[in-house]
Amino acid sequence: MRKGLRERANHRVCQRGGRAAERSDGVRPKLDLDPVLVARARELARRAGQPVVDLARSHTTVSVERAVLRLAGVTGADPDGIPWVNRLVDAVVADVGLGHGVAASVFDALAREDLTDVTLLAQKAAAGSVRFTQPTGRAATAARRAARKAAAAGVRQIDRRRAERDRLVKRYGDPKQRPWIYLIVATGDIYEDIPQAQAAARAGADVIAVIRSTGQSLLDYVPEGATREGFAGTYATQENFRLMRAALDVSSKELGRYVRLTNYASGLCMPEMATLAGLERLDMMLNDSMYGILFRDINPIRTFVDQRFSRQVHARAGIIINTGEDNYLTTADAVEEAHTVTVSQLLNEFFAHEAGLADWQLGLGHAFEINPDVPESFRLELAHALLARELFPDAPLKWMPPTKHMTGDVFRGNLLDGFFNLAGTLTGQGILLVGMMTEAVVTPWLSDRDIALQNVRYVLGAAGGLHEDFVPAPGGFIQQRARQVLGEAVRLLERIGEQSLLTAIAEGTFGIMKRPPDRGKGLDGVARHEADYWNPATEILEAQPTGAEPTAVRS
Amino acid sequence: MSVDGVDKKIVRPYGDTTGDGMVQVSFTLPVPHDKRGEGAAVQLAGKMGIDPAMLVHAKQMGDGYTFFVVYGRVNHLVDVSAVQVVERDFPLLSAKEINALVKQRLRRKLSVVGACIGTDAHTVGIDAILNVKGIAGEKGLEYYRELKVTNLGAQVSVPELVEAARVEKADAVLVSQVVTQRDAHLHNTREMSAAFREAMPAGRRPLLIVGGPRFDETMAEELGVDRIFGRGTTPGEVASYLAHALITSRRAAA
Repeated sequence: MRKGLRERANHRVCQRGGRAAERSDGVRPKLDLDPVLVARARELARRAGQPVVDLARSHTTVSVERAVLRLAGVTGADPDGIPWVNRLVDAVVADVGLGHGVAASVFDALAREDLTDVTLLAQKAAAGSVRFTQPTGRAATAARRAARKAAAAGVRQIDRRRAERDRLVKRYGDPKQRPWIYLIVATGDIYEDIPQAQAAARAGADVIAVIRSTGQSLLDYVPEGATREGFAGTYATQENFRLMRAALDVSSKELGRYVRLTNYASGLCMPEMATLAGLERLDMMLNDSMYGILFRDINPIRTFVDQRFSRQVHARAGIIINTGEDNYLTTADAVEEAHTVTVSQLLNEFFAHEAGLADWQLGLGHAFEINPDVPESFRLELAHALLARELFPDAPLKWMPPTKHMTGDVFRGNLLDGFFNLAGTLTGQGILLVGMMTEAVVTPWLSDRDIALQNVRYVLGAAGGLHEDFVPAPGGFIQQRARQVLGEAVRLLERIGEQSLLTAIAEGTFGIMKRPPDRGKGLDGVARHEADYWNPATEILEAQPTGAEPTAVRS
Repeated sequence: MSVDGVDKKIVRPYGDTTGDGMVQVSFTLPVPHDKRGEGAAVQLAGKMGIDPAMLVHAKQMGDGYTFFVVYGRVNHLVDVSAVQVVERDFPLLSAKEINALVKQRLRRKLSVVGACIGTDAHTVGIDAILNVKGIAGEKGLEYYRELKVTNLGAQVSVPELVEAARVEKADAVLVSQVVTQRDAHLHNTREMSAAFREAMPAGRRPLLIVGGPRFDETMAEELGVDRIFGRGTTPGEVASYLAHALITSRRAAA
């Protein structure tokens, strides 16, 4: 029944976006890319990524284990605000280590203590009154059965949320236009964010993203409850997720279109963030395979293990991930390093497919970050954007506005954003993050957002169908540039293949950061699987590869 | 300079004619767009010294907010000779300029060690300055090719910090302090500077820099450090200061 519902929903998703149909009747390939080279790029990405997948499959992390226990029902936090799930995992790790997976030990202790509530067990464990052991024999069988049952209840809740989204999208409808219009709110106070998000939705936003407080990605726990202060953003908590989703459900009803909600599955708590997002019906999550490593100095193994689990949850929850390639271009030159974006997109695609995500869930990122003083900068932008579009025809690409070359000159900024919007519609981007002319000046004012949305509406209204007429000259500037970038991407992938991705990251191939696998934050929360490693959530998530369904329905 | 030869530097805003005093402002008022709302905007413009005020654009946004654009003649005069500027005692340089300075004049990487000391677990500040991610659109010090950054993270003890500075041959040590309960930030800073004085002779000691939202920037000497950075400091300012203190000013003195 559940599965049937989901399949119908997926069917509708595919019909609705009409991406497959659009490709066959409307948009013909415009770049004349060499299909052999494209296939080679994918194969090289697979080769570079496979060792990392093997690594992720043979390690666990404290955050993966905490996510498993959250699915199994541990909730709440101690009086100091440290979640019970952290206290429980810490207690198990102290007694038996991390490498077996904590679920069997936890449910073994639950039975021995004659308890039914895992949160109560966490409280007792935090007080030091519970000893954990790695169960064997019949005790192990019973503990695993109980753990599987509890985790399955959590996964069922995620399934219900997904079905609920499908129903609401059916009832209220999707945005009428592509790209979907994506707007950010970030006051630090969830109760201030809510009216701002609702106002933004009313003004035309299809997707609301609540920016997280600075530094949350480096917290090794998820804060609890509704929060009213943050640094340049609002803390991501389960309660804040719930409050905002409920408010946007009200807006969806009022506006007659389903307004989507976005947050972040990044940093040290990726698996838990993904889980909470699934439980609270968030619709998109930022979730990059390498961002935390490169930009936050999080340990590479920690990141890849956490990332794989979080993507399995996103796949199950029907969440669209947004990857972070735009960030490379904020540190590196957007022309010289354009191919690193392509390489990262290919790697993100490989990791995402491996974790069960379908193409319609891949909001691969890229950005309008070429220095406007570079001659022909707009044509270069078009070439890069079109390359991403044609390499990933079924992915809802996330198109990010200029930030690096935005200054206090808000008038010039508004013009640049107009060109960004034009490039977005001309190259068929899926999700358009609305650029603010006051980028680099203030966090957006009400009027900044209004002006930015007017800009988007004007461009989409005036040139929304221009992509039909926009056909780059065969062998011309745009085609040549796109081919050049693809060629450079293939050469970089070849180099990575010779060393392995971890070595490439250690040696500073992406961005400019050198990140060796034995360094970085969160390393002490990583363990290699023991022979008897087991966790019920991965078992359930891998038993039913949800990602394959849409393809099956489409064909 | 002045028209009548007197050295009084009085100026007015310039629209298209000298002395016309024309300015353009935009703002939002929490009122709906109607006659009364427009009147409110003109009233505000008047209080800002704009008279006559031309309301050229008004647009309601959502419920009960209206955006206004006003052009008009402002009746204030500006006395340029009375302008007071707080001068930064070091020039603000770009990442490129700083990298070039380090490369050409220091001829090795400039080593920076950062940490939150004591029980302070708030790495927001040190990460904003050091992480590539940076803050407010500015990249952190890790982004500078010629800087070697070691971020020790939170809850680092003073002896650990001194040891790390020795191992990394630190040119500068950056310490972030957010928690101010019972003046913890001041005690920790004094303990840190004393430990460096004890462990290393004056010429070999790294530049000591502390930062945090509650520091008084004038207390550097009292706390035994070289520089204090307060709220809102950006990585670029810190990097520029490093280049100034460790390279340009030293070379000048030598």
